[in-house]
Amino acid sequence: MYVHYSACTCMFVCELQRVYMYVCTCTTVHVHVSLNMHSVLLSQDNAIRTSKYNVFSFLPLNLFEQFQRLANAYFLVLLILQLIPEISSLSWFTTVVPLLLVLTMTAVKDASDDIVRDGRYYLLPLSECLSQADLLLLTSSEPLNLVYIETAELDGTFILKCVFPTGEVRCEPPNNRLDKFKGTLTVNGQTYALDNDKVLLRGCTLRNTEWCFGLVVFGGPDTKLMQSSGKTVFKRTSIDGLMNVLVLCIFGFLAVMCSILAVGNAIWEVREGSVFIAFLPRPNGVNAGFSAFLTFWSYVIILNTVVPISLYVSVEIIRLGNSFYIDWDRKMYYPKSDTPAQARTTTLNEELGQIKYIFSDKTGTLTQNIMTFNKCSINGKSYGRSIGEKTQTVDFTWNELADPKFVFHDPSLVELVREGDLAAQHFFRLLALCHTVMPEEKTEGELYYQAQSPDEGALVTAARNFGFVFRSRTPESIRIMEMGQEVTYDLLAVLDFNNVRKRMSVIVRSPKGKLILFCKGADTIVYERLHPSCLKLKDTTTSHLNEYAGDGLRTLALAYKDLDDDYMEDWRRRHHEANIAMDGKEERLDELYEEIEKDLMLLGATAVEDKLQDGVPQTIEQLAKADIKIWVLTGDKQETAENIGYACNMLREDMTEVFIVAANTAEGRDVTTSISCFANVITHNSSPKAYALEKDLELELLRTACMCQTVICCRVTPLQKAQVVELVKHYKQAVTLAIGDGANDVSMIKAAHIGVGISGQEGMQAVLSSDYSFAQFRYLQRLLLVHGRWSYLRMCKFLRYFFYKNFTFTFVHFWYAFFCGFSAQTVYDEWFITLYNLVYTALPVLGMSLFDQDVNDRWSSQHPQLYSPGQLNLYFSKKAFVRCMMHSCYSSLILFFIPWAAMYDTVRDDGKDIVDYQSFALLAQTCLLIAVTIQLSLDTHYWTAVNQFFVWGSLSAYFAITFTMYSNGMFLIFTSTFPFIGTARNSLNQPNVWLTILLTSILCALPVVAYRFTLIQLWPTINDKVQVRHKVRKEALPAPAPRRPPVRRISTRRSGYAFSHAQGYGELVTSGRFLLRRPQKIRTALLFPQSDSPLSQGQPQHIHKG
Amino acid sequence: MQGLLGKPLGRVHWSNKAAKTGPLAHRPDNSAFMQQRLPAWSPMLTTSTVLPFMYCMAVLCLVVGVSLLITVQGTQEMKLDYTEAGTCNNCFQSLKNVSNAGKSCSCRVVFTLEHEFKGDVFFYYGLQNFHQNLRKYMDSRDDAQMVGRKQNLKNPSSYCEPYIRDEKDVPIAPCGAVANSMFNDSFALQYQGQPGDPINTVPLYRKGIAWYTDENVKFRNPPKNKSQTLAQVFEGTTSPPYWQKPVYLLDPLDATNNGFINEDLIVWMREAAFPNFKKLYGVLVRTQEPFTNGLPAGNYSIDIVYNFPVQYFKGRKQVVLSTVTWFGGQNRFLPIAYLVTSGLVFIIAIFLTVIWWKFGKDAKNMNE
Repeated sequence: MYVHYSACTCMFVCELQRVYMYVCTCTTVHVHVSLNMHSVLLSQDNAIRTSKYNVFSFLPLNLFEQFQRLANAYFLVLLILQLIPEISSLSWFTTVVPLLLVLTMTAVKDASDDIVRDGRYYLLPLSECLSQADLLLLTSSEPLNLVYIETAELDGTFILKCVFPTGEVRCEPPNNRLDKFKGTLTVNGQTYALDNDKVLLRGCTLRNTEWCFGLVVFGGPDTKLMQSSGKTVFKRTSIDGLMNVLVLCIFGFLAVMCSILAVGNAIWEVREGSVFIAFLPRPNGVNAGFSAFLTFWSYVIILNTVVPISLYVSVEIIRLGNSFYIDWDRKMYYPKSDTPAQARTTTLNEELGQIKYIFSDKTGTLTQNIMTFNKCSINGKSYGRSIGEKTQTVDFTWNELADPKFVFHDPSLVELVREGDLAAQHFFRLLALCHTVMPEEKTEGELYYQAQSPDEGALVTAARNFGFVFRSRTPESIRIMEMGQEVTYDLLAVLDFNNVRKRMSVIVRSPKGKLILFCKGADTIVYERLHPSCLKLKDTTTSHLNEYAGDGLRTLALAYKDLDDDYMEDWRRRHHEANIAMDGKEERLDELYEEIEKDLMLLGATAVEDKLQDGVPQTIEQLAKADIKIWVLTGDKQETAENIGYACNMLREDMTEVFIVAANTAEGRDVTTSISCFANVITHNSSPKAYALEKDLELELLRTACMCQTVICCRVTPLQKAQVVELVKHYKQAVTLAIGDGANDVSMIKAAHIGVGISGQEGMQAVLSSDYSFAQFRYLQRLLLVHGRWSYLRMCKFLRYFFYKNFTFTFVHFWYAFFCGFSAQTVYDEWFITLYNLVYTALPVLGMSLFDQDVNDRWSSQHPQLYSPGQLNLYFSKKAFVRCMMHSCYSSLILFFIPWAAMYDTVRDDGKDIVDYQSFALLAQTCLLIAVTIQLSLDTHYWTAVNQFFVWGSLSAYFAITFTMYSNGMFLIFTSTFPFIGTARNSLNQPNVWLTILLTSILCALPVVAYRFTLIQLWPTINDKVQVRHKVRKEALPAPAPRRPPVRRISTRRSGYAFSHAQGYGELVTSGRFLLRRPQKIRTALLFPQSDSPLSQGQPQHIHKG
Repeated sequence: MQGLLGKPLGRVHWSNKAAKTGPLAHRPDNSAFMQQRLPAWSPMLTTSTVLPFMYCMAVLCLVVGVSLLITVQGTQEMKLDYTEAGTCNNCFQSLKNVSNAGKSCSCRVVFTLEHEFKGDVFFYYGLQNFHQNLRKYMDSRDDAQMVGRKQNLKNPSSYCEPYIRDEKDVPIAPCGAVANSMFNDSFALQYQGQPGDPINTVPLYRKGIAWYTDENVKFRNPPKNKSQTLAQVFEGTTSPPYWQKPVYLLDPLDATNNGFINEDLIVWMREAAFPNFKKLYGVLVRTQEPFTNGLPAGNYSIDIVYNFPVQYFKGRKQVVLSTVTWFGGQNRFLPIAYLVTSGLVFIIAIFLTVIWWKFGKDAKNMNE
């Protein structure tokens, strides 16, 4: 079914990799899509609003949103409860002040977010062509309207696109199939079919094309890329989830406490209150039962501090602070591209300390996506520098056409070529002829190659520098410069590459009339087809190949064969017949290729390095030590991916069973169940279906994969990447992180708990949907092992301490209830209740949770095992919470009953009152504050000046504020608000008050010290051990290991042969379509042969090309 | 195509601060704060700190405990529950009958001091099971009225519920349940060294028993002209229903001790934190023999005007005679608690030492 899809008549003009949009008339739907262009073109009259609020709607809208949050709504209910005089056990300000503060802070944050959001679209980098929509290509600057684009982000290859003229478009509804597009175009009454070749998908980049015109078919969220990118979900950390559960538990607990106290009140009212009515008459209609009911709500108000409103604010502040540290970290700043790390989401920090699975993209993330021609073996001799060896680079200035960026380290090879060694010349001739590269020479001598795979580009460039310059091609010929002399070869056939053949060949006729077949391919394949005379050379070359493979290089074997004319004539005839055969064409061609590609003469081998990003193997090693499992998910071929696996130490020779699962088919199941292994490579076969992970195979796959040390998934589509992530997330209940750089990683970045974008050359798609971004893969180590670990530690310490201090605070009220007839009388001054969380204890705990570090960054990188507590949820869990509550319970008993007993029946040193309510309140609150401050000091490991300032400052502030509020002036001005006049002066000058405070402090702190000391002595954690080594024994940090090259492996497997492109280009370069400039009518007829498309049931839509 | 737009489009940077330019424009500052390298002190619970600290604590607590115990042993205290003692039993019984509420009843209790009370002696009355700390009760007062605000004198705050106005809608001064329930027994202490000796009235100083700040700041009489008497100032108000005397006649002997600044009232208005409490009634005047050194040993009697009903709420009434030290009254809890804590800390310290000796000393655990 095809729906009428409305597209607006916007045109894009792409110029030198930039997109400008030229708007003719815009209908409704897609205007928002290309906002950035609008902002440039139409910013005056056609501005588009992306911000949520305006000046007037801000306050009501924002307040409405804020009160939708459960916590805020709860506090609003509390406030309403407090306004009922029968219930109100606290003055209104105890809730209003914190609530106002919280609302204001949140509102300010929302407003600033909104301002940022308002500007965000305008800041989108415009250099990314096609950053916003899928285009139907109309015309371009290039011959025959060809467009060079790079879709490395989508499927890792270069492809060429063709064009068509204007008309009316009908197409399929938006979907997530990157490889399919169906639609029709009607021009002048003629209908043409549109397929995938005619569409520029969002996310690809224009290369070497000056401009092109396109028609938007899908925009914004409807683009194929976005459709396959998965939904953006609001991410929450597991601590958040736990916190919500705990808060619910606390509510339950609160209800239980209040019920107990309400029952207590009912009993008291019956037994004592009924006889006390002489002094305190009950209001009309209040009996014991009703009084208990009111008491319940009064205690809800008093005890609500177990869920203090400042919890959520403080958590946000801590996360924000820790996010800033990431932004500020110089060790995650990449000077070459001037890119600092960026925490784009500020709410996920502590989860960085709990990662168990990393899903990494390959191209652009682990590798630089740069191939370099590193070594070669010619006629049994190996050239090129061994790793670690220092040699001078080769001077190519003698070659005018050389690529200045090319670097080679063995001058002897150049000499060999220049001396005219035949084997060497033949070797490079092969490289210059046997490929599908498209050349571009805008001005004389300035050559650009459009290669389908970077490997091919590297090989042709190498040939170019060694004096065999590929200059141009036609469908029938290839023109090259051989050591300065121009030679044109007739191209007779291209025996194209495919996954089964693992080789490609060309048959050319030299100007002298010699017929030669040049073949390059995977060594195993080429070896099978060698002439027996090459046996000796084969052995030498094999040893070289082993050496190259051991270095992690991608190898190809090169061979040639002279053909005789008669045979060739016959072969070409049969080839032509096969080509036009109606059925069995593929098989017949294959047979023909097999026939001619035999008895080859071995020339040598090439070794191309797929350059890893800096420090990737070391990073992976460290992360693996931290017990983090790394899965590589790549769209690449299996061989490429496997090779990278070896290169970055994920796969090692000692992993005995590398096995491959074709998880797509039912047979996959047999494979998965039968093998137990050390290491696996999981392959998803290139599947036409986007839903490759079928339900019944999911679990099987996961079970197998999790038994493996290393998992590499290849040929996965963006959607499958997300599915793999979801699978692990769902069944392993583990915290996952996805890291990638391109648009094809967006889906998994969004699916994982944490998405990390590499901000490289591949555009901003991944970064824009990521939570954290930086420029180099190796920064991941610091992000997790240092920032993540600290964030987790700090957050957990914060939560433990926060719950401790509030439970202790609240429990004291609970104990006092038994002495005040359950009348909901508070123990502390109302102002103390108001300011306790906001002022007296806010900054010290913030200081701890912003600055604390148990071991410094170098030691946490040095000991990746320090990371494991986070993965095991050791620092904050339900168990830790219960422990926290028990500790609070103990402390509150001390903090209430010691002052109670110490003050019982005593007097001041002048015989006057000191057991009055106000003095006792002051004593109890001072004891509490000092006890929780001592607890904080015990929890703080890292006392910076700021911490000292916060702790001492808060204590001083407490006394200063207390003395101020209890002063004559405050009382005389606000008589009923500050009734505690003189209490501080009269009781804090009493020795017995201070001795009580001292005793409670000792009794609260000593068990903690003793308990912790015992733990350290008996069961030291890894943290304790590292700290002892670091601080007590002052062990020096071992010098950072030099970047040693990986130990050479003696390898016999060379799966990573240097082909990474899809088949089909041979056909393209010989078809001639790319070169002929034909009249428009002929061209369209050629490109759209089916003039009566089956797609014409849909409703037509008129698009006018401007 | 450039002409289409008229301006070239470059990469727009995220940061609009543009404070720095050049190739390293976005490099973060190398400050200790931003790089989390702030110099810091990282204390650890090591053997060399914890164990000495523990033993020091044990010794400290022991020293404090012993010295406090010695101090507290130096105080003397005498408590006498007079609720149903002596002739007061009659008053107690008669007050059980509600119709007798408000009628004065006098009685006498006697007691003997075995030892002399040296130094300043303080006379307290004590109440048991009287909940001055009930929320509704405590709130039922108007500090603004008591600090002498004219406005509040005639319009007491609604906090004073249910004692704001009487049935005739006359405002109550002082309003509220706290003031209404003021303790109104009065005491006269006599000393008779031996039976047959002359009876000396023990002089009690009835002022200076409240906090200085309460007397001088928190409680003030409403402002008055020189010509006005206190009674005139309080005109238009009525005394709390349970009171036998109006607020301006609370102290018949000392005119300056009347109104809101009456010290008994002030003492009462400082609500106790717990249901059992004692409040200062007077201080022994040590100007004349035989009381210059304190209260001598011997027989004493107290003449009590027994007004305050406690039988309703199962309460008890006491008189307490006590001397004080720098540490306050006779409360042995703190000294004993310090001694117990000292013992506990000592035991813990030994336990920790053993643990360290057996497990932590050679740091075996640490090296694994």
